[in-house]
Amino acid sequence: MADALAPLRHWEVAIWILVVAALTFGNHLSPAFLTADNLGNLAANLSEIALMALTSTMVIIAGEIDLSIASALGMCSCLLGLLWSYGVPMPLCVLAAVAAGALAGAGNGLLVTWLGLPSLAVTIGTLALDRGLAFALLGDSAVADFPTFYTNLGFGAVPGTTIPNPMVLFAVLAVLTIVVLHATPFGRALYAIGANPVAARFSGLPVARYKFLLFVLSGAMSGLAAIVYTFRFSSARGDNALGFELPVIAAVLLGGVSIFGGKGSVIGVIAAIFLVGVLQNALALVDVSNDILTVVTGLALIASVLGPNLAARAESRLHRYRRAAGAGEEQPQRENGR
Amino acid sequence: MKRRSLMIGSAGALLAGMLPAEAAGIKPGLTIAFLPKQVNNPYFTIADNGGIEACKEFGATGKEVGPSNAGASSQVSYINTLVAQRVSAICISANDRNALVPYLKRAMATGIKVVSYDSDVAPAGRDLFCSQADNQTIGRDEVRLLGKMIDDQGQIAILSATPNATNQNTWIKYMKEELAKPQYTRMKLVKIAYGNDDDQKSFTEMQGLMQAFPNLRGVIAPTTVGISAAARYLSASPYKGKVVLTGLGTPNQMRAYVKDGTVQAFALWNPADLGYLAAYAAGSLCSGLVSGKAGESFPCGKLGWRTIAADGMVILGPLTVFDKSNIDQFHF
Amino acid sequence: MSVTLEMRRGGFLTAVARAREVGLFAVLAALVLATTMIDPRFLGAQGIKDILEDVTVTALLCIGETIVLLMRQVDLSVSSVLGITAYATGTIFAVHPGAPIALVMLVGAAIGAALGALNAALVAFGGVPSLVATLGTLYVFRGAEFAWVKGGQINATSLPKDFLALATSGIGPVPYVALIVLALIALAGYGLRHYPGGREYYAVGSNEEAARLAGIDVPRRLTLGFLSCGAFAGLAGVLFTARFGTVDATAGTGMELHVIAACVVGGVAITGGVGSVEGAAIGALLLAVISNALVSLRVPVFWEQTIEGALLLVAISLDLVISRRTLALMRSDRAHG
Repeated sequence: MADALAPLRHWEVAIWILVVAALTFGNHLSPAFLTADNLGNLAANLSEIALMALTSTMVIIAGEIDLSIASALGMCSCLLGLLWSYGVPMPLCVLAAVAAGALAGAGNGLLVTWLGLPSLAVTIGTLALDRGLAFALLGDSAVADFPTFYTNLGFGAVPGTTIPNPMVLFAVLAVLTIVVLHATPFGRALYAIGANPVAARFSGLPVARYKFLLFVLSGAMSGLAAIVYTFRFSSARGDNALGFELPVIAAVLLGGVSIFGGKGSVIGVIAAIFLVGVLQNALALVDVSNDILTVVTGLALIASVLGPNLAARAESRLHRYRRAAGAGEEQPQRENGR
Repeated sequence: MKRRSLMIGSAGALLAGMLPAEAAGIKPGLTIAFLPKQVNNPYFTIADNGGIEACKEFGATGKEVGPSNAGASSQVSYINTLVAQRVSAICISANDRNALVPYLKRAMATGIKVVSYDSDVAPAGRDLFCSQADNQTIGRDEVRLLGKMIDDQGQIAILSATPNATNQNTWIKYMKEELAKPQYTRMKLVKIAYGNDDDQKSFTEMQGLMQAFPNLRGVIAPTTVGISAAARYLSASPYKGKVVLTGLGTPNQMRAYVKDGTVQAFALWNPADLGYLAAYAAGSLCSGLVSGKAGESFPCGKLGWRTIAADGMVILGPLTVFDKSNIDQFHF
Repeated sequence: MSVTLEMRRGGFLTAVARAREVGLFAVLAALVLATTMIDPRFLGAQGIKDILEDVTVTALLCIGETIVLLMRQVDLSVSSVLGITAYATGTIFAVHPGAPIALVMLVGAAIGAALGALNAALVAFGGVPSLVATLGTLYVFRGAEFAWVKGGQINATSLPKDFLALATSGIGPVPYVALIVLALIALAGYGLRHYPGGREYYAVGSNEEAARLAGIDVPRRLTLGFLSCGAFAGLAGVLFTARFGTVDATAGTGMELHVIAACVVGGVAITGGVGSVEGAAIGALLLAVISNALVSLRVPVFWEQTIEGALLLVAISLDLVISRRTLALMRSDRAHG
């Protein structure tokens, strides 16, 4: 399975180099960039997208997709707010939010594994469904009076530093995700399922069960991200995180994960998230409008697939030319891990 | 050394005395940023340009930054950027009364002055609030204006902006209080719709109001985006002339509808003056001329001297009512 | 995986597909009747006009999106294309108030087609999966549009009255824009069903490899598909401006997933090879009727999203059940000779 990663390691190294380049670029643009405060803000802004990208990476590697993550976040956020406004103790509200997310994910999982429906269509449906439920919970109003202990958790930083608290959570979960994906049988199974679901099933892997679990995890992560969002902005509203699913998917794809499944890693995705975040922050510091960054993100996304495609095509053309030129000569045995 | 600084000091004082009274006392070289609810809204373009003009008058640099959708969290990253850029002051029209307070407090902790205008935040999050008019007056006057046009009877609705906007909710509160008065017992508020300061949404919300309440007599749209979208819907529908639409709108956007009879009268203030006031308030705060307490006064250019009322509020002035007779005199 | 479907005229599967559309139409009729009984104004002149105005832009986008979905691809960039042409329309009229409306429509469609060509190049020749490619162009086009428009706004007052009248006046309660879209739906539907080129879209979506082996020029079909989708989206932008009058940089944002939902509700399979533009249009109409019905029944409008989502899930579940039974029937047919 390491071979699945081999061609991508190329891209992951490249993208981390790009992150370093972006940091240098940002420093060049403005002295205010490489300050602890600014970097802290930069990281804080990415909290929810980063968290959701972790589980989305696993989902996409397994060959599925979950577009309902942001709507589930909104729904869980509103549930949190609603329960709090009814006087339910906060720890219970928090638990309920994660549980609701897991439930929403289970819904997705059931439709995909038990009914066999395509996850793209299912999650477009639950995207609308969950967002509607979010509004149904709180209507047009918002809940804002959360206790400072909790809002400080979302908004504050590790004492003595400017590392935002949510980033600590992200770091822990990121390490966990890396371990799960690359060092456990479950993780390896995901790659196998994504690469060839039929073969995986015939090899005895519990494909349906694993996919179901993935969607539940994805939903639970939306719930967790909802808690972070709600406390960070001290606001539970129906339109929280509206539209966040696309930046998450874009970050995962930009990080080198193949949309067809079976290839990619979290390390690249983390780099992609920070790359976009760094560029956004640096450009904003010199009052360059966000539109340029939107264009750049789109181009980078396209390039991340187009580039390797064109490179592979050029390479094969070169091989064909070489083969034609050296017709009759024995071809050296090429090492192939497959 | 001392004599030199004394000479420079007195020369400076002399020059300050020769400057027009409005710029007297405000430190030159400040950077003031205007952070409206959303940047693609003509009302804010006018207001912020007014503020930037004022900045030029007292030697400051003014700029406008902001999100393209009127969401609470959208303004946060802009606040953070402005803090990192170490601007002297932030003038903000808030999408949400509470969500921005921790971020604004953080800004204030670094020495940045925060002036809210048009839509306030909780007082802990700002030094001063420049209000277009007294909020009670706005709310009550809107009801009175509509009541006059529909003989104080019939079903009415409110087409608001975003559900969380501080100014909208304050005005709606006073509208409801006014409606509770005995003379309005025959005027019933049946619905508050939210157009989110989005033209398309406001348009379809107006459509929805007429569908759900066919006997609707009047609509108050205290938002320039909402009233112009609603007027556009009405003027092409069979309800034109039958439903009275009023609210807060800019003369330029509403002129065609006043002339074709869709709207009889509506009100506003001059948004440019509001931005102007906010800029001078910010400049005065930065220069230490005022600290935000009630009773203090600060210079405000062509608007004269302004006094701070309770709760750090500075009021611009009374509303202007626009109708067929005077709408051509205004060009904003 | 999908099965290559034989599209014989009057064949069994065509009948199944038709049944799906008829079923959809029946649901629509039932809903309209039920709402009208509660609120007679729903089917009144203004009610019909409101619904048709609401559905026009979406239905137009659905035509193009259907063509792409039939090929087992997806085009997420339609909302950005709409945004660009919507603002471009306003700009053209602001500078040339006398411009002929038909010409402006053609220009809008042309701009859309040019943008669609980019998608086509990426998918057909660059080998980029359409989800990735159009997600990228969604961002690129929208960002470019924001950079172009900045804080600007086209105001209804600067547009010619007869252009705006396209959306507000018409024949009886049917606005002109609705008539235009109806004509396009009929044309597209006919083309897809009765022209070999049209049928090729279904073939490519059912089994691309088989289509290629059967001699179909797949890159050409993909290109034409994305070009058409772009052109329809471009035209939709022009009609958007006619309807709303006031346009700024955010025009159309977020519409892409709603359009795909409407298509899927209307029977277009996300896995390709199945569906029709008429079905997609009915799907869009159904969603518009639901949203208007909610308003008439004074139900809070946010329930619309919940219902839309639930409906989508029901639709795809139903489609799956139908296609599985069809498969079983086909197998038993074959077994019995």
